[in-house]
This record gives sequence, C-alpha cells and structure tokens, in this order.
Amino acid sequence: MGNGNEAIFSGEAVGCVRGARRVFNGLDFTLRSGDALVLTGPNGSGKSSLLRLMAGLSAPASGAVLWNGSGISKDREAHAARTHYVGHVTATKPALTTAEDLAFWSAFRLAEDTTAQERALDHFGLSRRARFPVRFLSSGQKRRLALARLLAAPAPLWLLDEPTVGLDSQGQRALETAIADHRAGGGIVVLASHVSVDLGGTVKTLNLADFSVSAGPEAGA
Amino acid sequence: MKGFAAIIRRELKLALRQGSDAAVALMFYVVVVALFPLGVGPEPGILERISGGVVWIGALLAAMLSLDRLFQSDYEDGSLDLLVMAPWPLELMVLAKCLAHWLVTGLPIMLISPLLGLLLHMDTGAYMALLAAMALGTPILSLIGAVGAALVLGARRAGVLVSLLVLPLTVPVLIFGVAAVEAAAIGQDPQPHLLLLGALLLAALPLCPWAAAAALRQATA
Repeated sequence: MGNGNEAIFSGEAVGCVRGARRVFNGLDFTLRSGDALVLTGPNGSGKSSLLRLMAGLSAPASGAVLWNGSGISKDREAHAARTHYVGHVTATKPALTTAEDLAFWSAFRLAEDTTAQERALDHFGLSRRARFPVRFLSSGQKRRLALARLLAAPAPLWLLDEPTVGLDSQGQRALETAIADHRAGGGIVVLASHVSVDLGGTVKTLNLADFSVSAGPEAGA
Repeated sequence: MKGFAAIIRRELKLALRQGSDAAVALMFYVVVVALFPLGVGPEPGILERISGGVVWIGALLAAMLSLDRLFQSDYEDGSLDLLVMAPWPLELMVLAKCLAHWLVTGLPIMLISPLLGLLLHMDTGAYMALLAAMALGTPILSLIGAVGAALVLGARRAGVLVSLLVLPLTVPVLIFGVAAVEAAAIGQDPQPHLLLLGALLLAALPLCPWAAAAALRQATA
C-alpha cells in the first residue's frame, strides 16, 4: 500500500527518562505506510511518553526517532506537518463553536478545505452540533471533535493517546472506520489504548512492560 | 500567513467572548491612575509633574495582569501541545500570540492613556508624545511578557511570578517612555526617546519570540 511514496517511521534504541526515572530504554520500532502499532502496558509504563517522543514534543534521552531515515528533530516543522497528535486532553476552547474550533486547527495546519471539515464533523456525528459552543458539548463529543481534526487536515502519521476515552460505541466505530481508511490510504497509526480497538487489518502490538512485539498473522510479510 | 492569521482570529474571538481579562486590565489601569489624585492631593503642580510616570507605571502594571493567561489556558487544555507542533516556525506562533495580546490589552491601554493624562493635568503638549511612546512601548510589554508567561508555565501563583520576572525587564521602556512625555511637556523634542523606544521594539521583535518559543518547547517536553 502507498507504493508511490512509501514512508518509514522508525525508532532506534529510543530511551526515555522522566524526572530521574528511566521509563524505557533501547526501544526499536519500524512502521511502514499502512501499518498500525498498538502500545500496551500498565499505567506508567511510558505509553504517553513514547507518543510524545514520536510527536517530537520531547526529545529521547537516547537513541533517535526517524522518518524515512532522517531524525525528526532535524526539521521540526516538517515532522509537525506530517503528524497528528491527539492527547488525553482535547485542546478544545469552550468559547468557540464546534465548527470554529475545527476550522481554527485546520487553518493552523494550513488546510483550509471547508468541505473536509464538514465531512469530518459528519463522520464523527457532530454536524448538528456545528454551531454549538464547545462548552455545551459532552466530554465524549469533545473527544469526537478532537478526532475530527484527523480528517479535516490530512497528515500521514496519527499518534493517538487513549482516543476512545469517553467515546460511546458509535463514536468508537467512527474512529475505527477513520483509522481503517487512513491505513488503506497509506497512513500510519500509533495508538495507546486499554480497550481493544479494531484497527482494520493486521496490527503490531508493542507491550511496554516487557518490550515484546507481537504481530498479526500477515504482518511482516 | 494563513496560520498566523488563524491564531489572531482565534485569540480575538476568545477575548471578545470571554472578555473579562482585557476589560479587567483596562479597568485596573483606570482605577490605579485615578487613585493618585486622591493619594497625593489635587494640587495641579504636583500631579502635572508626576503625570508621565504615573500613566506609564499604571500601564506596566495593567499589562502584567493579563500576561499569565497568555499561554496558561492553552497549557491546561492541551492546546499548547498542538500549538508547539505548528507546521511553521514556532516563533511566528508566539509573535501572533503577542500581537493578539497587544490588540486586546496594549492598544486599549494606549488609547485610554491621554484621557488619564487629562485626569492628572498632564501638559497638553505631551499627549502626542504619550501616544507615540505608548504605541512603541506597549508592544514591547507584550513581547517581554510572552517570555515571562512561557517561563512560568506550570508554576503555582504564576500570575505573581510573571510580574516579578517581567517588571524589572520593562525598566528601559518605563525610563524612555516617561522621558519622552516629560520632554514634550517642557517643550523639548521627544524624538530621541521615541527613537530609543523604537530601537527597543526592534530588538524585542525577534529576540522575545525566539526566547519564548524555547521556553514553550521546554514546558511541553
């Protein structure tokens, strides 16, 4: 998949230190276009820290995170442009309307395709809330709004930190179809989650408790 | 620049809809300056003599009031993570924030300052110099303030801390701002002082966003 512009997102011996504690060390991963990686492990095992390293928000204590073989810290803007990060806080402003919030983050990422924004709201079932101030949205709806940014401004790499928190089953299905479509289009997804999410096809699972990587039946082929 | 304009639009919308911050700063300015005739007595000679300094010190204090909110609310709701991941230079993002902050607090402070000068029997010849000095000085306050606001992210009592950090750095603005007003009041040419303020602004324009951007990267790491 993604034959024309195959991308490789990888980490080499990545180490992370939070405070004085070594969270993980010597972590390797390789993801190609269309791949999905699920991060598992107990609380505090470094799932969020690893996602923030992948996003370029923090720098690894050792090792390197690479996109097509070159370090992501060499060109922060380029890495930011290709990356969507959805953290566990939703980054929504109560005073803006749903549509305005989405329009801002799309314009911020230099994507001003308003039909893509409408489609994104529609996909996550927020069309009827478009003119609602965000303050009147439930926490699940705010989560949907944060996820709608993924579709409103396309980017090949999605980093999702517990994206299903607060989502109902319909919202989770919307997320699953979005991820499946994204992968079918050659995108890469890394997801930290405690609940099982159907990512549409084979997935690699990285358990941060013991660094074991398990792959689905067809992965690695 | 599309992302730059998007930030300014968003900040202005937020300021207008939850307008308390900007309005409080302006009211604070009026109240502080209005206390002086009550405190030092209504004698025109004394008030006239200190009017330049009072108007400027009031402006400095008022500008400090809204500074801690510059990045704090974005920090708390997760927006800052996404803002730091701008697909264009982070320094420009800070500059957009500063410009929006100036439009919301610095500009009203500048516009109301001649009125407060009137309250203090300021010499009529000094009003143009006051406006010109404020036009050059208040943007510097927003710029230096952004560095302080970025540095205190995550600290307790950030509002007080940012004032302690920033106020000493604004001393040159105070000195040349007051000097310009007093020169004009006694019939001298305020131009040298205004030129020095202009030089300060030109130095702050590239340096402060650069320093604030570094502090923001640190705060989100």
